[in-house]
Amino acid sequence: MNLPNAETLFETLTERIKPVIKSNTAIVGIHSGGAWLAERLLPILGKDLKHGILDVSFYRDDFNERGLHSETKPSQIPFDVQDKHILLIDDVFYTGRTIRAAMNELFDYGRPASITLAVLVNRGGRELPIAPQISAFDTELADSQNLQLLRHENGTFYFTLEENT
Amino acid sequence: MQNPQLTNDGELKHLLSIEGLPKRILNQILDTAESFVGVAEREVKKVPLLRGKTVCNLFFENSTRTRTTFEIAAKRLSADVITLNVSTSSQSKGETILDTIDNLTAMHADMFVVRHAQSGAAHMIAKHVAPHISVINAGDGRHAHPTQGLLDVFTIRKYKPEMHNLRVAIVGDVLHSRVARSEIHALTTLGVPEVRVIAPKTLLPQDVEKLGVHVFHDMKEGLKDVDVVMMLRLQNERMAGAMLPSSQEYFKTYGLTPEKLALAKPDAIVMHPGPMNRGVEIDSAVADGSQSVILPQVTYGIAVRMAVMSILAGN
Repeated sequence: MNLPNAETLFETLTERIKPVIKSNTAIVGIHSGGAWLAERLLPILGKDLKHGILDVSFYRDDFNERGLHSETKPSQIPFDVQDKHILLIDDVFYTGRTIRAAMNELFDYGRPASITLAVLVNRGGRELPIAPQISAFDTELADSQNLQLLRHENGTFYFTLEENT
Repeated sequence: MQNPQLTNDGELKHLLSIEGLPKRILNQILDTAESFVGVAEREVKKVPLLRGKTVCNLFFENSTRTRTTFEIAAKRLSADVITLNVSTSSQSKGETILDTIDNLTAMHADMFVVRHAQSGAAHMIAKHVAPHISVINAGDGRHAHPTQGLLDVFTIRKYKPEMHNLRVAIVGDVLHSRVARSEIHALTTLGVPEVRVIAPKTLLPQDVEKLGVHVFHDMKEGLKDVDVVMMLRLQNERMAGAMLPSSQEYFKTYGLTPEKLALAKPDAIVMHPGPMNRGVEIDSAVADGSQSVILPQVTYGIAVRMAVMSILAGN
């Protein structure tokens, strides 16, 4: 597969997100890729938009097998989640387990009015009845492949695709 | 010799003492604790990490703060928590510690938090338990109180993030203090360049310099230009012996008053592990003053204990 250009996809994603922003929308990026995307989206969508970051390490369903991630970052939700329309952002959508963890964590902050999931790439392979409403690119990758969003020093995005060994 | 606290891969299996733990693991605990601080400020102060796990708090010696914060920490991780004040239960009927442990293991306990008056009690239990069980030392005799040492350095890092640039003074009964020992190991491992102890000769261990600290007997010299003042509790029971003349006399020489604190840096913070003896080792004006971080220490203690428990449960 040819790797999609991450910057082009970011533009597509931005255009697709714009129409869903309401007055009481808050954007939440999932650490780390989703948080980077949210950071770049914020000045475009409006700096006054409420925003936050989730690190779902404490809510993962594989803690018993894999333990705690060694670089856990604090979640930061500096607004009242109650009755907000949450726009949840992640880089790559795969099994849906991260999104389940993120939704569980969000509900521990309050009861949102709605949650919309927007991702840069939906790579297929979901294992739960969870799917993104907005994606910039849909594809089917084999389980052995690992698609990752990375960031250059100047803040622009690029993808890497690796074969898991 | 293999460190009994670590797995074969060098990850934390039990937390028994800060001595011998690498800087990497101390930082892992402190960084993880940072993520838990925010959990207490949410609508739901709980995460599901230890759901289905059973934590047994075994307190063979009295404690209020440590026992309560361990219990709260385990509950905020969604564990089931049993707290046993063993001094008042089967021990008084003659059961040995290891029999108590075996019985609780038969009830499928996953983690033991142990406080005991005997140095080495937690080590002994850690050697005895099945491989899937973790042990946390919550204070053993004069030996160690690692989670207190960790929450103290966590608090320092919160207020004075440049650890490699600090002068820290530990004041009081270092001789009988497991807290002091854990603090010294944590501070030196994390690269604090100058750790001082200030105490009368009778309240210092003989070879205290070997721990890498500077020794002072005079508060006025020792407090000069320090960034952090860590007071220790004067254990009243020591007063009965010949170690000290009287608590009034002690307060005059080693009690932290606003006048003595003025010798430290103007933005120095004051810490105390509790319980405080007001008017013995610390003046109320200091304990309740603007430089005191004694209550934040208690709050951070929960996040640090959550970090330790979740790292152990995951390894």
